[in-house]
Amino acid sequence: MNRLRKIGERIVEVMLTLSGSITSLAILLIILFLFKEGIGLFNNPEIEKGYVLCLNSSNPVEKLTPYQIKQIFDSEIENWKEAGGTDGEIMLFRFDEIFNMYSDEELGEDYALLPQKLGEVIAQNPDIIAFFPEKYLPEGNRSVKKLPLENIQVQDFFGGKEWLPTATPMAQFGVLPLILGTLWVSLFAILIALPLGLGVAIYLSELANERTRKLLKPTIELLAGIPSVVYGFFGLAVIVPLIQRTGHLPVGETALAGSLILAVMALPTIITLAEDAMRNTPRAMREAGLALGATQWQTIYSVVIPYAASGITAAVVLGIGRAIGETMAVLMVTGNAAVMPHSLFEPVRTIPATIAAELGEAPAGGTHYQALFLLGCILFIITMIISISAEVISKKQINQGL
Amino acid sequence: MIETKNINFYYGDFHALKDISMEMQAHTVTALIGPSGCGKSTFLRLFNRMNDLIDGTRLTGECLIEGENIYHKSVQVDELRKKVGMVFQKPNPFPKSIFENVAYGLRVNHIGDKSYITQRVEESLRDAALWDEVKDKLKKSAFELSGGQQQRLCIARALAISPSILLMDEPASALDPISTSKIEELIHSLKKDYTIVIVTHNMQQAARVSDKTGFFMLGELIEYNDTKKMFLNPEKEQTQNYITGRFG
Repeated sequence: MNRLRKIGERIVEVMLTLSGSITSLAILLIILFLFKEGIGLFNNPEIEKGYVLCLNSSNPVEKLTPYQIKQIFDSEIENWKEAGGTDGEIMLFRFDEIFNMYSDEELGEDYALLPQKLGEVIAQNPDIIAFFPEKYLPEGNRSVKKLPLENIQVQDFFGGKEWLPTATPMAQFGVLPLILGTLWVSLFAILIALPLGLGVAIYLSELANERTRKLLKPTIELLAGIPSVVYGFFGLAVIVPLIQRTGHLPVGETALAGSLILAVMALPTIITLAEDAMRNTPRAMREAGLALGATQWQTIYSVVIPYAASGITAAVVLGIGRAIGETMAVLMVTGNAAVMPHSLFEPVRTIPATIAAELGEAPAGGTHYQALFLLGCILFIITMIISISAEVISKKQINQGL
Repeated sequence: MIETKNINFYYGDFHALKDISMEMQAHTVTALIGPSGCGKSTFLRLFNRMNDLIDGTRLTGECLIEGENIYHKSVQVDELRKKVGMVFQKPNPFPKSIFENVAYGLRVNHIGDKSYITQRVEESLRDAALWDEVKDKLKKSAFELSGGQQQRLCIARALAISPSILLMDEPASALDPISTSKIEELIHSLKKDYTIVIVTHNMQQAARVSDKTGFFMLGELIEYNDTKKMFLNPEKEQTQNYITGRFG
């Protein structure tokens, strides 16, 4: 009998160990997958795969940065002078224009003559920049100069200020506006949620009577259970128009709307955890303070809050974590303009919102797709840093002294 | 100095103290003894109104300190507690430095004069017989001290705001014998400046440190007498039984 029980316990033990390791392994694999997909981005050429950019050989320009190419095709640069060349208006040539210039017959069977015609076009126009598939590259034509193209650069990714993943020929993957947008919205969310959350936590743990507490605490915890899309809906229906009207803004979908919604969403976390931390302050600590003639408020700020400091910090950090990772509500109310955030009253776009909005239209395995995965990695790293710091802070022993 | 008149105290429906009248003189040590749950700690905590913190309690009767009813509406509790210091059963220093622990009472009294605070901290630590052990590590966390040192730190903390009465709720029950004897010596030396009321489980301790002893049982004050008389020749049979260890 005893033997049987031992075997049973052993089996349960093995199963628990197994399920634990399998879970950890699965999580690890997900992270690995995320990074593997994301890092692939830097193996892609700057422009669309299989395409080339060509200039006339007489053009002294030897190299263009991805951003310059984007500006040229957006007609923001119209003269070669601005791109380091000689005076001359840039002539944009996109591949499909060849079909306007030549009939299908002239291009020959299976477009066999197309490279030759392309070569002629480039040769005739000294200020041309042509964008076409690499397989039609007119080999051996000496007046055609192929621009050297590099793979996507890490510094362009992290330092770029433009996020235009579907721009042709040169998609722009600058994540700076997205990272800053995320931090920007989260920062203000925390600035709103922190004083409010701590205030409510202090009220609940120190001032409210038992009945109020029993009523309020579950209500606040209930807030944490509302789906974020409902928050987003509320924000879109109420907060966005309110901001637009009161601020006389062109659009109400702004960073402020996102911050407000995120603040409300982070509040339950902050309140619940901070309140728990304060209530965990031993009775003896409070009594010690009160017995020395401290008033209730003096006891709160000089005994309870310092004692609960690590728990309160952890609460705040986890609240920030929630704000940074939040997707749906932010996607709905921030307007999603991928621009560098300048004020609270302009649309911004966050990393999670970008992933959610764009992954559906990014072809699997493509550059855009990989860029989104890399965004996921960045988000993962940010939230990981936050979780680890929460861990470190809450483990920091209270008896290290203050 | 301290006088209670017909004190009755209730936790909800539970009648914890029954009609207790008692007088304690200044500069004496009064020990309150009795079995667990007899109400002696509750009685002690009346004097600095610590029982106010518990919901659903009720009090009748009068509790006078220096002739003033401390349960009168006009009494400010935090002012009262500055006059009536308290040391708890378990050492409960704040998670602050040794210095800041002692200075706490001064700081909450809005005393900002640094040299005065420094002076008071040293005096209090000397009075609590702790100065020599901690004078080189005042900036260290109070948690680095031993249990006995922490308890003396808590005494120093209570002394720093110059109370006239010191309440001690089983101050040595969590300590080893050496620390206990240090606390007892300390009580002796503090007697000349303070009125001390001490709750204790330990009858030898009561016999050693106190001038008068009150014996509580089931919420009643059974006997209140000079300690010597109480332990050598008690008037009541119940007292006799308790101090000879027949129950409790």
